[in-house]
Amino acid sequence: MKFQLLTIIMLMFPVFSQAADIKPQERVLSNGLKIIVKEDHRSPVVVSQVWYKVGSSYEPGGITGISHMLEHMMFKGTDKHPPGEFSRIIAENGGNENAFTGRDYTAYFQTLEKSRLPISFELEADRMRNLHLLADELIKELQVVTEERRMRTDDKPRSKLQEHFNAMAYSNSPYKNPVIGWPADIASYKVKDLQAWYERWYAPNNATLVVVGDIVPEEVFKLAEQHFGPLKPSDLDPLKVQTEVKQLGVRRMTVKLPATLPYILMGYKVPSLTALENEKEAYALEVLGGILDGGNSARLSSRLVRGQQIAVSAGAGYSLISRLPGLFLLDATPAKGKTVYDMEYALKKEVADLKRNLVTSKELARIKAQVLSGAIYERDSNFYQAMQLGMLETVGLGWQKADDYVDKINQVTPEQVQEVARKYLIENHLNIAYLDPQPMKNTASRKVTKGGRHAN
Amino acid sequence: MQIKLLPLFFLLFTQTCFSAAKIESWNTSQGSRVYYVHTEGLPMVDIEVVFDAGSARDGNQHGISELTSTMLDTGAGKWNADDIAQRFESVGAIFGAGSSKDRAWLSLRTLTQQDLFTKALATMQAILTKPAFNPQDFEREKSRTLAGLKHREESPGALAAITYSKAVFGDHPYAHPGSGFIETVEKITTANLANFYKQYYVAANAMIVIVGDLNKQQAKQTAEKIFADLSIGKKPEAIPTVSMPTKGKFQHLDFESTQTHVLSGLPGTHRNDEDYFTLYVGNHILGGSGLVSKLFKEVREKRGLAYSASSHFAPYFRKGAFTMGLQTRNDQTSKAVKVLTQTLQDFIDQGPTEAELIAAKKNIKGGFAMRIDTNSKLTNYVSMIGFYNKPLNYLDIFQEKVEAVTTASIKDAFKRRINPKLLQTITVGGSEK
Repeated sequence: MKFQLLTIIMLMFPVFSQAADIKPQERVLSNGLKIIVKEDHRSPVVVSQVWYKVGSSYEPGGITGISHMLEHMMFKGTDKHPPGEFSRIIAENGGNENAFTGRDYTAYFQTLEKSRLPISFELEADRMRNLHLLADELIKELQVVTEERRMRTDDKPRSKLQEHFNAMAYSNSPYKNPVIGWPADIASYKVKDLQAWYERWYAPNNATLVVVGDIVPEEVFKLAEQHFGPLKPSDLDPLKVQTEVKQLGVRRMTVKLPATLPYILMGYKVPSLTALENEKEAYALEVLGGILDGGNSARLSSRLVRGQQIAVSAGAGYSLISRLPGLFLLDATPAKGKTVYDMEYALKKEVADLKRNLVTSKELARIKAQVLSGAIYERDSNFYQAMQLGMLETVGLGWQKADDYVDKINQVTPEQVQEVARKYLIENHLNIAYLDPQPMKNTASRKVTKGGRHAN
Repeated sequence: MQIKLLPLFFLLFTQTCFSAAKIESWNTSQGSRVYYVHTEGLPMVDIEVVFDAGSARDGNQHGISELTSTMLDTGAGKWNADDIAQRFESVGAIFGAGSSKDRAWLSLRTLTQQDLFTKALATMQAILTKPAFNPQDFEREKSRTLAGLKHREESPGALAAITYSKAVFGDHPYAHPGSGFIETVEKITTANLANFYKQYYVAANAMIVIVGDLNKQQAKQTAEKIFADLSIGKKPEAIPTVSMPTKGKFQHLDFESTQTHVLSGLPGTHRNDEDYFTLYVGNHILGGSGLVSKLFKEVREKRGLAYSASSHFAPYFRKGAFTMGLQTRNDQTSKAVKVLTQTLQDFIDQGPTEAELIAAKKNIKGGFAMRIDTNSKLTNYVSMIGFYNKPLNYLDIFQEKVEAVTTASIKDAFKRRINPKLLQTITVGGSEK
């Protein structure tokens, strides 16, 4: 019996390997839940992610960070499962789980041995509609989130600078607020705020379920129908359009904090891929980012760090995938004897070069090789693949864009790179923050107590 | 027909898959060990060359192991840093070099298409066997490293980790941070690097891990080729054992931050320790299992004192630290430290319950497939198995060993190995008032 089966396996294996990059499949349940399934049979595991179309960019003033707070509360029990039960069940089934919140999404995930997928579906379906928000749990979790903010932002000079920078760069776009929320807002969340936020956004017709792994799509769809199918959809009010007003001149700020090194962060207002008429421009900006900072051979490393040796580090980046227009960022830490103003000059000179001269075919070839290999490497991780599909879908681009990426990058020409540099990397749309390091008080005054303070 | 077969097929697949991570091993003609796993489905390969040349080999030149790694791709043979970066990136390959306490490594992820692979491998081979250690590159990389060390002073967490490590390891070569200190890095010269390289980057002290879509013949050729020009040299003496601190210690450093970082622990376990699996499973219950561990529940779930609270054993060739850690608002530091130490004390006194042990085993065994479900993770495991001379079927043994752990063995092992009176506790942050 076993022997007979083995031959079948041998026959089937090559089929699987050849078809390793099986296209994702999509199904939409009658309640509006979209399900995206991608098969990857290299390991007997599965990742399941539930993505909600809600994040900090959905939040009005006064309750910034509430999407993130709600993410924390989603582990605090439902009518059926008491607080902590979700995590206990997942752990007992060998799973890893967590959640993350961004500007445009809130997502929950589990990675499991593939036969445990129904457990994930049952629990996620339950907390999609039946969350139990308890005042006692909120009091404790508020403390936790405040600690999280201290750790991520308050005690990190560069993170804090970035927070202030965003608040300056955006006039009215909700991207001006930190994902974790402003401290005063965090301090004043009430259960009813969270309840309202939950009821407004947590519904099957505002969610995407992404499953990647050693599974069969039809079986996943059937299982999803069984668990998520009975959930009622919500009437979703469309989000108000908060189109960022046009910036009318360069903005600069100085952030003074106890720190040891100066630092500069610059950002030009640019469109993202979601603005459809700008699709080509978005890919050209992506390539431009690669020209400046797509590895050790890219311009910022080879020219500023190694060639001129004026920076200890320098970077550039652009998020292609976001719901609203964002910033093309550049940053640098000056080398000893150099200043943030030297960095500003040097970075602007690189921008000017991109406007004046066409990028070389060698540079473009390098980026294309990296994109091509990257598309293979990323398939090593189910989690990463699921992230990509979920994020594209949730910001409104559609998961199908994942397939376009390599082709679209390949189509970018030197002229297009020059064009977007000239059009978007302009002084009037520039924002700059300088970190002005203040002396640090502590040079480690130490108090030592020997013996058992902790042994009691 | 196919659909009917699927469930059966999956069952069998599950059973065979774990041992399907079949590790093969042999020696190159130079005497370096090779560890090879063939994986299909993606036309890529991960290669890792490893030396017993981590920061434990720094001697008094703290930071030299890391600085050597940093310098490797800044010039080799006839190529400068730009050439090297261009050679890798033009074929979409990703090169890395780094070091930990025990190990120094060079890693390469590349496509297996012949022309791309050949170019990437030749570049890695030059870096490995003909590094230039050019003085101009060195001055630049040294000042970048020094800037990094200065930047580190902004971080209360980093300061806590450095102070803690010194308290736990005393004069042992595990005590200092791998990146060194400003005073020690400033003194390092290119001649020092060349010596370090000459002594430790030798075939007798090397191993290679190959995981990916190369057949065995290709893997053999790759390993031979990469080590061909490396001098044979000799294996260094084993580093000394770690001794237990004689007294517990509590140390606070003032820092202008809103949170206090707390680290508490002592020398714990090593890679060939008979108690390793017992301690591993025990710690999983105590503080190693994320959202469901005892420490997480006591510190965060019950009291909201911190965002993260955990404990872990870091096993090295010699004993690495057993560490509990959290970060909390300055004015509740004493309270948090008390919860931390009390949770440990209770665990040592009472051990885990049967239910806790069963849950932990279910988590570890049920999640086993996820430990090796990508080439990256598999490469890490194989590298560990090779470096610490673990049996090739370690991944199977792992599960048996976990199964064999009992509540009594955990209680016994923690009692023998973790003496709370010897804890080294470091707090870095603002004052409590």
